[in-house]
Amino acid sequence: MTPSIGGGVASALQLLWVLLAGPLALGLMRKVRSRLEGREGASVLQPLRDLRKLSTKQRTRPTDSTWVFAAAPVVLVASAVVAAAFSPLVTLSALLATRVDFVAILFVLLLGSVSLLLGALDTGTAFAGMGASRAAMVGAMVEPALLVAILAMSLGVGTSNLSRLVGVGVTTSTLAGPARILALVSFFIAILAETGRLPVDNPATHLELTMIHEAMVLEYAGPDLALVTLGESARLVLLLGLFANLALPWGIALGTGALALVGGLLAVSIKVGLVAVAVSVFEVTTAKIRLFRIPELLAGAFLLGVLSVISAVALR
Amino acid sequence: MTILFVAFLACAGASALAGALMPRQGRVLASAVLLIGASTFALVLAGRVVSTGSDFTWSRSTLLPLGGLAIRLSPLGALFVILSGLVAAASSLYWIGYAHHSLNARSAATAFCLFVLGLLAVPMAGNVTTFLFAWELMALSSLALVAHDHARRRDAIAAARWYAVMTQGGAVAITFSLAGLAAHAHSTSFVRIATGATSLTSGAASTFFLLALVGFASKSGAVPLHVWLPRAHAEAPGPVSALMSGAMVNLGIYGIILVGRVLLHGGEQWWWLVVSAVGGVTAIVGALYAATSKDVKRLLAYSTSDNMGLVMMALGASGLTLATGHPAVAALALVTALVLVVNHSLFKSTLFFAAGSVHAATHSRNMDELGGLARVMPVTALTFLAGTLAVSAIPPLNGFTGEWLLFQSLLHALGAHGVAATITVTLAVAAVALTGGLTIIAFVKAYGITFLGRGRSASALEAHEAGPTMRVAASLTALACLVTGVAPYAVIGVVNRALDNGPNSPVAGWVTLRLTPLTGALTPLYLSAALAGAVILVVAWRALVTRASGYARVATLEPWGSGRHNQTARMQYTATSFGEPIMRVFDDVLRPDHDVDVSHVVESRYYLEHISYRSANEDIVERALYRPLARSLDWWARHTRAIANGSVHRYLAYGLVALVIILVVVQ
Repeated sequence: MTPSIGGGVASALQLLWVLLAGPLALGLMRKVRSRLEGREGASVLQPLRDLRKLSTKQRTRPTDSTWVFAAAPVVLVASAVVAAAFSPLVTLSALLATRVDFVAILFVLLLGSVSLLLGALDTGTAFAGMGASRAAMVGAMVEPALLVAILAMSLGVGTSNLSRLVGVGVTTSTLAGPARILALVSFFIAILAETGRLPVDNPATHLELTMIHEAMVLEYAGPDLALVTLGESARLVLLLGLFANLALPWGIALGTGALALVGGLLAVSIKVGLVAVAVSVFEVTTAKIRLFRIPELLAGAFLLGVLSVISAVALR
Repeated sequence: MTILFVAFLACAGASALAGALMPRQGRVLASAVLLIGASTFALVLAGRVVSTGSDFTWSRSTLLPLGGLAIRLSPLGALFVILSGLVAAASSLYWIGYAHHSLNARSAATAFCLFVLGLLAVPMAGNVTTFLFAWELMALSSLALVAHDHARRRDAIAAARWYAVMTQGGAVAITFSLAGLAAHAHSTSFVRIATGATSLTSGAASTFFLLALVGFASKSGAVPLHVWLPRAHAEAPGPVSALMSGAMVNLGIYGIILVGRVLLHGGEQWWWLVVSAVGGVTAIVGALYAATSKDVKRLLAYSTSDNMGLVMMALGASGLTLATGHPAVAALALVTALVLVVNHSLFKSTLFFAAGSVHAATHSRNMDELGGLARVMPVTALTFLAGTLAVSAIPPLNGFTGEWLLFQSLLHALGAHGVAATITVTLAVAAVALTGGLTIIAFVKAYGITFLGRGRSASALEAHEAGPTMRVAASLTALACLVTGVAPYAVIGVVNRALDNGPNSPVAGWVTLRLTPLTGALTPLYLSAALAGAVILVVAWRALVTRASGYARVATLEPWGSGRHNQTARMQYTATSFGEPIMRVFDDVLRPDHDVDVSHVVESRYYLEHISYRSANEDIVERALYRPLARSLDWWARHTRAIANGSVHRYLAYGLVALVIILVVVQ
């Protein structure tokens, strides 16, 4: 299939969607959390306003940093939007949909994670080093769970192509096999850890010693901080969108017609909104676990993935 | 083509002579230039063999006993010659600059040239004698290089001792295996052995394969035979480390393919289960020690072990699927194994070049004493960053395609066969995934702690950029990593030809890699282009808002220290502290030694006089397996000392008795 104009439009739409939906999802999650805690909370639009405010401020850099520090937020956002453009979020027929698979998307996102880790080490401070060290540990534990979950889902379909993995749920009714459900649970735990949500990391913490992600990005300010927030929130909605589409594929556009795209856009926004609310509710009811209990949680996710692979093979 | 071969031999021989005979002034330059010539001739020769697909043969029966010197360069061997040639040419270039620091003595220069000759000759060998001769040339010359300048480097002696024992032990196993095969075929020629091996009994074939596996896997750093590798690769001088990790370990893989696939035609399923299992354990152990190591070259060496483990997993998956009747998957997995080998050669030589430059500039390999080198060594830092991204399998560098192919191979292998293999392959995927995460920790640490932040010692602060040839060599291999990452078919196409896959290649395509007849596609080219485009757009956005904000420049500020001012370089995270969480998570496996020594002030236990903290993270395999072995050997040696009391007469008598026994047995 040659790259088509429709595919290009769809990819551009997905790219813009993650950039806009990311901050909105953050706002929604904070709002839900506030209401459940009995507070009024800021508007859902607040993260967008924050981004606008940040983009008018001065850029800063720590005294001993190099170009790596300045490049990290750029690469983070670039990797997130590239991954989003080629994933089945709004439609199954985005650009390059047949030539980019789940593993490729995962490694593109990894580029963003690694650049953030290096940007943190470039500051030469204890906090950023601590954050990077912890984030690297969590990342190293997340990757096995993610890859095994992808393998388990791919086994039933015979390919790791994401559009096929999502599409198989639309066109057939073999969606809810035990293998797929186990793999999705494992995938979901991995997403929570990867995007730094509770119970792995507390995104709202203000104490440096308990931070993972926030400690890494302490030194960023102004437009750079805006990029970090944008990139992180884009990754969040991208992963939640993938999860939602893998679990409940209905509503995703099959082609690239105008009407189909609008329908797909609505569908993915609603699905991600629901998942975000669910995550938020879960976060209110749970506490952050100790740093060295995180590997146990992720080992559990990994085992679910292995179980899923075994059941996929056994039930074939 | 004979003229190319003769030119190669002449250049290589001349370089060794130049190393041995030239005065110090110009010795290394002459040797290195001749070596680059030799590598070029070998590259052209191998390139022609790969492109025509027909073997190059050359033999002189008078030059060696037992079958003579026989060269038979097959397309498969040519792939390894190309790799050795590329790494050797780059290392020779690097050596010119490195020789200002060390490695310019007569003996070292000669050994370097012979080492390159050995590396290029092993895959050219057409019979057992030539193979073993080249193998030993490679092993002994590299041993001399590891031990070079040992008067000033105490650790080098220990490393050389480990290396000598392991490499010679491995060579014994290989000799037994190949000699057994040759005896069965009544010929030392590999072609005859391959035809003769069809009549081998299953038990004999398995014995020969396992013996060869022990020897070759030890060369590639497979657990538990890897203990020499992190010592020798770390102690060897810069260009030698690059040759060892970028070219020598490949030949272990070549040996496994030669014996298992070419001479014994694939053999039995359980052989490859063994290879897969060894590969999986090797990958995890290598990645774990890389993630917790604080010596930058030791880290790279463990990562070599780890990568060879991944290659063995792909080889195992290939052999497994071939034995169970899935040739399409087997072909894909074999291509994957070789692509992984090529990628590893490119990025690991880059990394060792950069690490060698760091060592030459700071005289330290301990990352806890380094830091901030990116400002004083920008080119070296950039090449190390390229290597870091490549080894972590991150697009757009070349490791990414290898990792993708490995995942596809395992996915399709899992779809192909029965229960026992299913469990192995699932565990293999788990091992690959865990290794991937640990590799990222190891290399974020290696780059971040060594090159970013602030210098942690005087030597790091006073470092200077490496010499021009060192920078050029590292940049060339780093560029190769980028080019083969964006256009991986440059590698895959050569591998397809080397394996004689013909028109039905398991994976092909310049723009989009497509698996046939299996399903799967990837377009590294478009992905890289999209990433580059996105980076440009984001940079443009940032420039735009910065201009709109009215601030002309980026403010340079002291970093945040919880309100504390004057943060020092000592407050930064070090390599040890960066790896501490992983050390703690894998405490039960690694069993590190911690020792805290606290002494209190006499008047009150609430005040401390001083605290000393030591931690050691010695290889668990070494502690659990080799220590007891060494102790028992020691015990035996002490108790058998009585029969060797130094009397020459007694030794002559022993000789006589041994001769009589041999004669009786032979009769």
